[in-house]
Amino acid sequence: MVTNDTIGPRGRRSNRRFRERGGVSVYPATFEYFAPTSVDEALDTLERFGDEAKVLAGGQSLIPLMKLRIAAPSALVDIGRIDGLDALEERDGRLEIGALVTHADCEKSDLLRGRYGVLGATAPLVSDPIVRNRGTVCGSVAHADPQGDWGSALLALGAEVVAQGPDGERAIPLEDFCSGPFMTALEPAEIVTSIRTADPGPRAGGTYLKLERKVGDFATVGVAVHVSLDNGTIGRAGIALTGVGPTNVKATAAEDALAGAAPDDDAIAEAARLAAEAAQPLDDVRGSAEYKRNVVRVYTERGLRTAIAAAQS
Amino acid sequence: MAVQEAVVTTPLTVTVNGQERAEEVETRLLLVHFLRETLGLTGTHVGCDTTSCGACTVLVDGTPMKSCTMFAVQAEGRELTTVEGLEGAGGPPPIQEAFSAEHGLQCGFCTPGMMLTSIALLEQSPSPTDEEIRWAISGNVCRCTGYQNIVKAVHHAAAAMKEGS
Ligand SMILES: Cc1cc2nc3c(=O)[nH]c(=O)nc-3n(C[C@H](O)[C@H](O)[C@H](O)COP(=O)(O)OP(=O)(O)OC[C@H]3O[C@@H](n4cnc5c(N)ncnc54)[C@H](O)[C@@H]3O)c2cc1C
Ligand code: FES
Ligand code: FES
Repeated sequence: MVTNDTIGPRGRRSNRRFRERGGVSVYPATFEYFAPTSVDEALDTLERFGDEAKVLAGGQSLIPLMKLRIAAPSALVDIGRIDGLDALEERDGRLEIGALVTHADCEKSDLLRGRYGVLGATAPLVSDPIVRNRGTVCGSVAHADPQGDWGSALLALGAEVVAQGPDGERAIPLEDFCSGPFMTALEPAEIVTSIRTADPGPRAGGTYLKLERKVGDFATVGVAVHVSLDNGTIGRAGIALTGVGPTNVKATAAEDALAGAAPDDDAIAEAARLAAEAAQPLDDVRGSAEYKRNVVRVYTERGLRTAIAAAQS
Repeated sequence: MAVQEAVVTTPLTVTVNGQERAEEVETRLLLVHFLRETLGLTGTHVGCDTTSCGACTVLVDGTPMKSCTMFAVQAEGRELTTVEGLEGAGGPPPIQEAFSAEHGLQCGFCTPGMMLTSIALLEQSPSPTDEEIRWAISGNVCRCTGYQNIVKAVHHAAAAMKEGS
């Protein structure tokens, strides 16, 4: 049965033309919908459908793709009704972000200041306020968009993805999680239940700087910076870049140059130069590669100053 | 030859503007189409259909959400407020009066979404600053007003609601 009659004004208007062409509308393909109330129940359904099924969290990336039929899963497993996945809490000095924690939850949380400042600075820059009410941090990481902001923030801070599958739970270091644009180490029957950060230590700070054309736009360039101080010198620095590579880019050479260094102008300038070198920008509508690389340098320098000042205060 | 697609439906019960509605819906039905077509509540608009403009904003348990980017089935058991639900008992509600008084609309296409987002803001912050208002409505696009009068309207509504309470 052709169901164009039920799918809205646009579908209806072009109904006859669609039928003549033998096409279907631009609305999502049919799927079976499951709203499990436990992780085990969700895993059962995922196993049954294999790679035909998709997890639905906030839907702010998946539903747009389904409307364009770039994604057409035959089953959706909505994890939104599972209890216990919405916790945002500190445990043993590490922050745990449950699968249902939204961007807006992070924006409002006092926990995400100070030592976790890189996350606190990121939250209000993700998308727009209404999308932030639904979209989740874990969904964003699972989606692995190279222009996703959370990937960079969490790489800079240090984090692992906690996933549950038929064989139990495993923790995947975030560095090993993304294998390419929109590709992750996740198995089809695995659910990300939380993201767990590293312990930033007592004297730490961070920030996220994002160049965007307008609210709700993806980053032209984003730079996430985290610094943990150790007796006045830099113990560990984390720098990661958004929008300038096939995945979020960890600027490892810049991080290594800062480790053990005094937090002075020379160290900051050198790290900024190395971060710019790590970027792999392309010319596109948002700007030239040369411009973006320079923004990485400038933002890394600014970000480091802010992060160091925050860690020292 | 027409492409045949199976129809998968599921029962749905939601409260819309205080009234419980139970319908059998297709799983793939977007919330905005459930509101506009199944229930005939056409005050919720479709602007971009790509999650960018906020014209389709409705309140789900009091929180603004883009109904073009939510399946109707995801609203099971929730309380929805659309622009129709803003109707006051004794005439137009303060938010609508304020948009009219301050000329906060021209074509009116963005207005339902703007008003619902504003209501949610005023719920949390009864005397918002200019900056708070601009921040809150930054996911709602208006191509007519230049926003200035919308900001004024939200201040106007804030004052009226304080007086009324
Ligand atoms: C207009 C607009 C602007 C945006 N701007 C930005 C931006 O500036 N920066 C940015 O970073 N993002 C942006 N986004 C994306 C947004 O942040 C999404 O919320 C996010 O990418 C996905 O989270 P979600 O919860 O909505 O996931 P969904 O859309 O539900 O899922 C996305 C993908 O991840 C999978 N998935 C989700 N959760 C899990 C889980 N727990 N376990 C396993 N797999 C899972 C799904 O199967 C799907 O493949 C924007 C989106 C829109 C619509
Ligand atoms: S129609 Fe939903 S955001 Fe534009
Ligand atoms: S009044 Fe026309 S879009 Fe806002």
